[in-house]
Amino acid sequence: MPDLSVHIGRLKMKTPVMVASGTFGYGPEYADLVDLNKLGAIVVKGIARHPTRGNETPRTVEVASGLINAIGLPNPGFDGFVEQYMPFLRQYDVPVIVNIWGKTIEEYAEVARRFDEVDGVHALEINVSCPNIKEGSGLFGTDLDMFRRVVEAVRKVTDLTLIPKLAPNVSDIRAYARAAEESGADAISLINSVPAMAVDVETRKPKLANVTGGLTGPGIHSLAVKLVWEAAGAVRIPVIGIGGIVTAEDALEFLIVGASAVAVGTASFTQPTTALDVTDGIAAYLERHGYGAVHELVGTMSSE
Amino acid sequence: MEESLLRRPFSVYKADGEVLQILYKGVGKGTRTMTYLRPGDQLSLIGPLGRGFPALSEGRYPILVAGGYGMAALYLLARSMTSPGIAFFGGQSAPDILCVDEFEALGWEVRITTEDGSSGEKGIVTDSIDAWWSARSSGGPPVEAYACGPNAMLKAVARRAVEHDWRAWVSVDRNMGCGVGACLTCVLKVRDGGDGWQWKRSCTEGPVFECREICWDLEP
Repeated sequence: MPDLSVHIGRLKMKTPVMVASGTFGYGPEYADLVDLNKLGAIVVKGIARHPTRGNETPRTVEVASGLINAIGLPNPGFDGFVEQYMPFLRQYDVPVIVNIWGKTIEEYAEVARRFDEVDGVHALEINVSCPNIKEGSGLFGTDLDMFRRVVEAVRKVTDLTLIPKLAPNVSDIRAYARAAEESGADAISLINSVPAMAVDVETRKPKLANVTGGLTGPGIHSLAVKLVWEAAGAVRIPVIGIGGIVTAEDALEFLIVGASAVAVGTASFTQPTTALDVTDGIAAYLERHGYGAVHELVGTMSSE
Repeated sequence: MEESLLRRPFSVYKADGEVLQILYKGVGKGTRTMTYLRPGDQLSLIGPLGRGFPALSEGRYPILVAGGYGMAALYLLARSMTSPGIAFFGGQSAPDILCVDEFEALGWEVRITTEDGSSGEKGIVTDSIDAWWSARSSGGPPVEAYACGPNAMLKAVARRAVEHDWRAWVSVDRNMGCGVGACLTCVLKVRDGGDGWQWKRSCTEGPVFECREICWDLEP
């Protein structure tokens, strides 16, 4: 059995396959269907300082090769999350990565500072790129200066492993990857969902209450591979590849272009065990190709 | 065939031994693709999920209200009741009215309404309910209603339930993503105990709600 373990900052994972924020709830939702202890990590749905209700319905629409969502980050707030979900998550031997967001830099820093003191939280993923929030988050992901300021502000208040999640809709992803590294991030994850929309031609109304949303699923995978490849080439910190993983092959592409780990997103909705199936597929691949450890595969794309 | 990404939610029509039946209509790309399935094809299913209809309360008289293919979701409930009541089936036209023989075989009286009058009375299902209610002699047992169908029909049943003091359970039909409470697609506004509302997930906290829980005036 090849060594599947991955270290990202101070985060130690048994496997390189996590479940992506927003696609796995807070853990309990899938606990009857998936052995949570076998996941690389659980990235919980985005948490802000205070509870929010999220967007009106319809919130998602299925399109060719993907899902457009505009959930709008409903969340129980820091206190609600810690009280309702942390006791559950602490029962498991799986790292918990909390995805955090805010409407101002101060809100990001405040929620990060509070998580710094919460037992059982192993890392923070900074959500700078949710496309479904009218103010704040969207801009932090696509304005390099704002992005840098958020990461720096969060870095100042926590020793937790810090992972900014990059937006795909920027002109040069390498600039954001470097800014994250220079601002003290321990790793970066990418990509977040791709801004998108769909219209009902019979009624001529948008299919989402929020009009626009973020596309995820198999349709964004190849786009994500290209961006992960560029970002990984620009920094020395580890990269977590996210975007449309359905099969082990999809995950292997990310690893080969330079990601140290991956996260399964929308596919969990369809097949809850996808992350575990992908893990098994990666192990089988490593064995078949004679690798002793998964890190040996990272960034080995052949240009010949 | 059209390619679908997500699973599709269905209610169980019948479950006997090793056989589970669902009743569906090809309305979108998922269900249209399902019509191409052939005997022997393999499917993946997660279930049962969510909160179904509760058993009839002691001393209450049951009525069932079905619109669209809603009767499919009510069959096992109807079968579970030792003393049958009345089932009201509504649809656009005769082909929408299904399972009448099955419900009658269980001892239920089935009253049919179609909008074009091609089967049963011409009108909508609540016309038939109203006629039954006004003809009903007073002093009978209190009513417990179970409804599955389009949102407008559920809302109309809920209004009558409040007016006539029925208990009424409605099964809402929302687009769903994951079915297990993670994606937050299928949420609807329910009363929060005070003057306000809160989201509840129809996949895990529903799809069946007592009709007074739902904030009908806030429904899209």
